Amino acid sequence: MTDGDEGAPIEENEGSRFDRLPATADERTVEGRPTRAAVVDWWVERFDLDPETFESYTFWEKGAGKVWAFADDIESPADVEGLGMTFLRARQEHWKPTTDAVQRFGREADRNVVVLEDEEARAFLRGEDTDPEWGGDWGYLIAAHEIASGIEPIGVGLYLYGELRSQMPKGRQREL
Amino acid sequence: MEDPLSRYDSLVDDPAAFHAACDRPLPSVVRVNEIKATPRRVRQAFEETGVEFEPVEWHDGLLRLGDDESPGNSWPFVHGWVYGQEEVSAVPALALDPVPGERVLDCCAAPGSKTTQLAARMDDRGLLVGNDNNLGRLSALRSNAERCGVSNLVVTRQDARNFSLKPFSGERFDRTLVDAPCSCEGTVRKNPDAVESWSLDHVEGIAGVQKGVLGRSIEVTRSGGTVVYSTCTFAPEENESVLQHAIENYDCRLVEFDLPLRSDPGITEWADGTFDESMRRAKRIYPHQNDTGGFFCAKLEVGA
Repeated sequence: MTDGDEGAPIEENEGSRFDRLPATADERTVEGRPTRAAVVDWWVERFDLDPETFESYTFWEKGAGKVWAFADDIESPADVEGLGMTFLRARQEHWKPTTDAVQRFGREADRNVVVLEDEEARAFLRGEDTDPEWGGDWGYLIAAHEIASGIEPIGVGLYLYGELRSQMPKGRQREL
Repeated sequence: MEDPLSRYDSLVDDPAAFHAACDRPLPSVVRVNEIKATPRRVRQAFEETGVEFEPVEWHDGLLRLGDDESPGNSWPFVHGWVYGQEEVSAVPALALDPVPGERVLDCCAAPGSKTTQLAARMDDRGLLVGNDNNLGRLSALRSNAERCGVSNLVVTRQDARNFSLKPFSGERFDRTLVDAPCSCEGTVRKNPDAVESWSLDHVEGIAGVQKGVLGRSIEVTRSGGTVVYSTCTFAPEENESVLQHAIENYDCRLVEFDLPLRSDPGITEWADGTFDESMRRAKRIYPHQNDTGGFFCAKLEVGA
């Protein structure tokens, strides 16, 4: 090797700390790390959100593929216990939004939102599979219901073969 | 054994009413999380599902629940629209009064009622740091912040007496909340244990920690910035005495602030000692004054 000037070195993901996502693929130095652009595009595209929703946000990876959204910015890498909220699970074939992010940003979504009837909403919250009317895409949807004159997201559902599988985390499941 | 709270009889206007209030249980109260909902929408959701509540006169974001209501079992809780919080503990975030975009530290943050309230007052914008030194309590802080949809929070695990600015490029904060660990006498209406295990040794021991935490908090707040010191206890050893130590050893002073509920001024004499006149700018909240828990709160300006 005579020339050390061949672009950014490729590093391993260090899973115990927060690293800011590269803006685009050209700035990527860690193998397989999703870019900020790809993460924002995925959300905006899948749920038809205003692209400006995430303009002031920075995005971070901690652990393999766990992406966090933070409303401000600090130095990267960050040796802290938490940074904003968990946002997306990447580094797998089908990216998966988190319950927290769907509850926080999903109210503005115009696509891939399935609105559940009362009984279905309760079953979904218990972590059960339901069978709602749905003629849209398969994959991860925002499961919502009507409350206080508005549609409010509850969590993430996986729609496959005519069935909605509740992805409510154990600690967030409730019997109402 | 004599009631340890009798040591405050000389401070309150009506000792009998004070003791009677301390013996009554407190109602469940929720605070509306304005990151995700409005008071109007929460009231409507409670009405639709038959949850009994009444408003709190001094704060439209607080709702007192009926005797049999449990805040955790309702759609508004699931959606992160509400946070179960004793009403008087909403005071320090009002006193700190952060604005969107500022840099704010909550140095004893877990389990997060005041942290999430600060985030909402900042409109979830700017930098909010929630620190605590206990891993179990930090996990409660994280899950409460997540449920409330807080996205501007950095969670750190440090000893607040030696808080390091390293993760924040060494830059100081605009405002710092010191909601100090304390002997919790003011929570007697919820936890009678707080008074049953009372000892002066414990009070004096914890006062040492409080002095360290407040001192470091002043150091990490910018010149002209604000520090709010609060406890849920009556003991002057943990309140005025800690502030006296701060104004004698750090560049800061107590300032006036308004609160929408009844309170007494901080005191200038206790046992054999006297405190600076400016202690009168602090506020003591006794349970019989507003039918709440007990509380203490002071606002400091740094480097002025």
